[in-house]
Amino acid sequence: MSTRLKNGGRMIDRTKPVDFMWNGRKLSGFKGDTLASALLANDQMLVGRSFKYHRPRGIMAAGPEEPNALVNLGSGDRFEPNQRTTTTELFQGLTAKSQNHWPSLEFDVGAVNKHLSRVFPAGFYYKTFMFPRFAWKHVFEPIVRQAAGLGNVPTDRDADRYEYFYHHVDILVIGGGIAGLAATLAAGRSGATVMLLEQTADFGGRAVVDGGEIDGKPVQEWVGDTVAALKELPNVTLRPRTMGAGVYDHGYATGYERVNDHVPGDGRPRHRLWRIRTKRIVTATGAIERPISFAGNDIPGVMLAGSVRDFMVNHGVSLGDRVVIATNNDDAYRTAIAVKTAGLQVPLVVDARETVTGELPEQARAMGIQIATGTAISSVKGGKRVTAVAITPQNGTGHVTDEIACDIVAMSGGWSPVVHLWSHCGGKLNWDAEQAMFRPDGLRPPFGADGQGFVLVAGTANGYLDMAKVLHDAVAAGKRAAEEAGFQPSDEAVPLVDTKAESPILPVWTMPQVQSAKLQMKTWLDFQNDVKVSDVRLAAREGYESVEHTKRYTTLGMATDQGKLSNINGLAILADSLNAEIPQVGTTTFRPPYHPISFGAIAGEARGDIFKVLRRSPIHDWIDQNGGFWEPVGDWRRPYCFQKPGESVKDAVHREINQTRNSVGLLDASTLGKIIVKGPDAGRFLDMLYTNMMSTLKVGRCRYGLMCTENGFLSDDGVVARLSEDTFVCHTTSGGSDRIHAWMEEWLQTEWWDWEVYTANVTEQFAQIAIVGPKARQVIEKMGLDGLDVSAEALPFMAFAEGKIADIPARAFRISFSGELSYEIAVPAARGQAFWEAALAAGAEFGISPYGTEALHVMRAEKGFIMIGDETDGTVIPQDLGLSWAISKKKDDFLGKRAQQRSHMTDPNRWRLVGLETVDPQVVLPDGAYAVDGTTRANGIKNMIGRVTSTYWSPTLKRSIAMGLVEHGPERMGDIIVFPTVTGEEIKTKIVDPVFYDKEGARQNV
Amino acid sequence: MLLLTCPCCGVDADETELAPGGEAHVTRFGAGASDDDFEGYLFHRKNPKGVHFERWRHAMGCGKWFHAARATDTLEVFGTYSAQVLAPPKDLIEKIKLKRPDWEGF
Repeated sequence: MSTRLKNGGRMIDRTKPVDFMWNGRKLSGFKGDTLASALLANDQMLVGRSFKYHRPRGIMAAGPEEPNALVNLGSGDRFEPNQRTTTTELFQGLTAKSQNHWPSLEFDVGAVNKHLSRVFPAGFYYKTFMFPRFAWKHVFEPIVRQAAGLGNVPTDRDADRYEYFYHHVDILVIGGGIAGLAATLAAGRSGATVMLLEQTADFGGRAVVDGGEIDGKPVQEWVGDTVAALKELPNVTLRPRTMGAGVYDHGYATGYERVNDHVPGDGRPRHRLWRIRTKRIVTATGAIERPISFAGNDIPGVMLAGSVRDFMVNHGVSLGDRVVIATNNDDAYRTAIAVKTAGLQVPLVVDARETVTGELPEQARAMGIQIATGTAISSVKGGKRVTAVAITPQNGTGHVTDEIACDIVAMSGGWSPVVHLWSHCGGKLNWDAEQAMFRPDGLRPPFGADGQGFVLVAGTANGYLDMAKVLHDAVAAGKRAAEEAGFQPSDEAVPLVDTKAESPILPVWTMPQVQSAKLQMKTWLDFQNDVKVSDVRLAAREGYESVEHTKRYTTLGMATDQGKLSNINGLAILADSLNAEIPQVGTTTFRPPYHPISFGAIAGEARGDIFKVLRRSPIHDWIDQNGGFWEPVGDWRRPYCFQKPGESVKDAVHREINQTRNSVGLLDASTLGKIIVKGPDAGRFLDMLYTNMMSTLKVGRCRYGLMCTENGFLSDDGVVARLSEDTFVCHTTSGGSDRIHAWMEEWLQTEWWDWEVYTANVTEQFAQIAIVGPKARQVIEKMGLDGLDVSAEALPFMAFAEGKIADIPARAFRISFSGELSYEIAVPAARGQAFWEAALAAGAEFGISPYGTEALHVMRAEKGFIMIGDETDGTVIPQDLGLSWAISKKKDDFLGKRAQQRSHMTDPNRWRLVGLETVDPQVVLPDGAYAVDGTTRANGIKNMIGRVTSTYWSPTLKRSIAMGLVEHGPERMGDIIVFPTVTGEEIKTKIVDPVFYDKEGARQNV
Repeated sequence: MLLLTCPCCGVDADETELAPGGEAHVTRFGAGASDDDFEGYLFHRKNPKGVHFERWRHAMGCGKWFHAARATDTLEVFGTYSAQVLAPPKDLIEKIKLKRPDWEGF
């Protein structure tokens, strides 16, 4: 069993017990524990079930590489699934529950899956996607959905807040082990500003656990002194509990700070995302121990050798009474010595190497530890806990020579440098065959804006496992980073270390070297995704030779740990299966973040009301207080309609239309884009921008215009008014003002930069209010006019005039998007509310009513006016919409002209705009419905000949109306075409003129 | 995340402040152009591994367009310059040639 040792545990404070809940039971640990160490101190080795086969799984590692021990953490609005016990600091009142089992952790029905492993091989999902076709939907998917999934989904809104920090620094050091500390000191003493990130709460890393002396002091003391020295430097920032999450182009990096996960709800933000710009990055990220692939290596109690001593040294936790060590290198002997020193038993060290003569093994021998050389574990015995190991010669095929009782197997397959951050931006790796590891190739770094490498690697992350070499490399990296950042490097000396000579590692990818098929089926590579040696070999046999393909086919390395433990093992086995060398197979791509970070940290403060900036028209608050039924339009909100108490949305829309058509209505059109175009060449410029001729527009007049892209497609429309000889105001769609202003600037800055034209986007400077309907003129006259005349004679259709209305400076445009007599009146934004209220007061006797966007839409559709985004979708040209009248034939050129001459654009078979009248006037066509002609295309689908672009119930005409694009439509007036619906009915529809109401335009021209 | 110096306002701008505008120094062909010329203008763009001249807009800053000479393989930035020119400045071309002797030239 695992338990707390009487002594030891450098991180824990035995005077401060901490209570926590595990699966509803109250347990106790100490301040300084992780959840993992506290669980182990309470003999909770079994902590979860595996993803696919529901195998019992225990804690395997002591750090972020842990694949198994993921739990549902917290409750209510602080509940979060898939939290790693090994990186969760214990706090009073912590609650955690194990995942992926039913009904209980100890007894799990889903464990039956493990007997089905033959039917869940590599590529299971892909194979079942393929055939038989019905089987996926009706047989496999329901089963898989039931069984799959790790933690539970949170249901409550997150109680915490999150934030970004932006930081600029000369040098960023990632990793606060001895290499990171030494590099930071060397760089910091050169005068550069340096930031050091450490993912855990403490500095020092593995070296503190492994012991030894630096500069004649115990490692822990040296670490303490160095941290103190760094805190003395004003140019150095130390950031514990902050993980270097990602390295990006040109010296950008992200740090993920877990500010108060260990003291939840203390009022501070929970996580902080550091967005760091730096000249040089030093990654001192250490290494992660590899498991060894032997049968039963996933049974609870099989752990990484380094982690076994981490728990003993850091937390005073004994994992078991009898610890068998399985290794191919000298480092694991540190664990053997630590276990033996703690008074526990090491029945055997199983070492795959034939000769074992390093200083550490000799020390172990001297302590009476038995070492079996040239030996392997054939299989591990046990179910929910290790009970014994079967021993076999490493060079054999698994013939069992001995069985040894034990409750822990501490395995070490060697160490893999953490190269992720080096690789995020394209740093290349070399295979070091002697040390059996991929390590950074300093000659092929990620490059910065200056063409120089901007990431340096230091210490173990650079492939140095010996402490003396680590410190030498780290000090050199710190100095080099300072020099490259433009500082005179310090003369910081390399600390002196006396290290033990280690014998070379023997690459061991499976134990024994040749595994029977039966053993391969029980030998895990990816513990979280349940990928076994047999799966990788099957993938290779089925032709998956690329490591990227094998990864996706088997799901090796695709779990939340991203293959930190076993990717090298997996690709070594793939290489072996393909008879290739490991560097030929290569690694999969390393992508940020290094380790999962919270969505909260990514979102930062951008949630709720400040998720996205909301633009408000000057009338926004009035609309909000007077029944406005909001809908998003671009960055704005506009009222869909104004609901009266007890009124349905539909009834409100119909009421607004009837009121406007019969008397007078009021529309807030302030969101329409307004761009001033000014200068001697303004007319010439607009002639290029619009399909129409704008340079001939008379001062005081308006013209409706179309804008196209160079592809010829319709991009925006609106009314242009000429304010003076050299000044125009261009109205754009509500969503288009920023885009069209940018479009104008692009042409002026990059193509016609010698033209004298200036633009200004004044959309927000003006409120624009439309007074619409037969009584519109009377309302305006009643508001009080000063300096302008709005009579039909003085201000005809498509003209504008300036003056004062209701004592407010105003520009009144006689333009209409409804077909009614209409004035769109621009007033200074700050006077918009006052103008709105004056119009309401003056119109009261006519029953004036504000109307929303839906009434606007219906009224424009009744008149056959197109709407950008309804009738257009980025593939429609003006000619499709019957707008050839708005395309100038006199102009030599305009944007889109040449494209509209391309063969596809002049094809008579293009779908073109028509009106659509359902034969049954009560039936409204579904938006987007397609018309069919009864024939079938070569691929078996019905042949489509058109689609609905706008469709409404018209309260004016008391029938359904629609517009659509139909093949040969304008030539087929009166024909009946058929629109099938999703429910299987067919709607018979007559092709008609798109102008349904007041074809002569008599109503707007009064 | 790229860092480009805006030649208009002098700011070292993060990529999030910038909007990309594709290949620089593309000649516009409008009405009257041949099918081949127009096709080339509308659709054909260089995609080199190495030196590339690009258009960028300091969209979240001064709003001005500018040109950048950049290596697409290493992301090295050789320089940024005005958008109101038809070809890269001579000294920039010389600088790139020194750094990349095998570059075919503008």
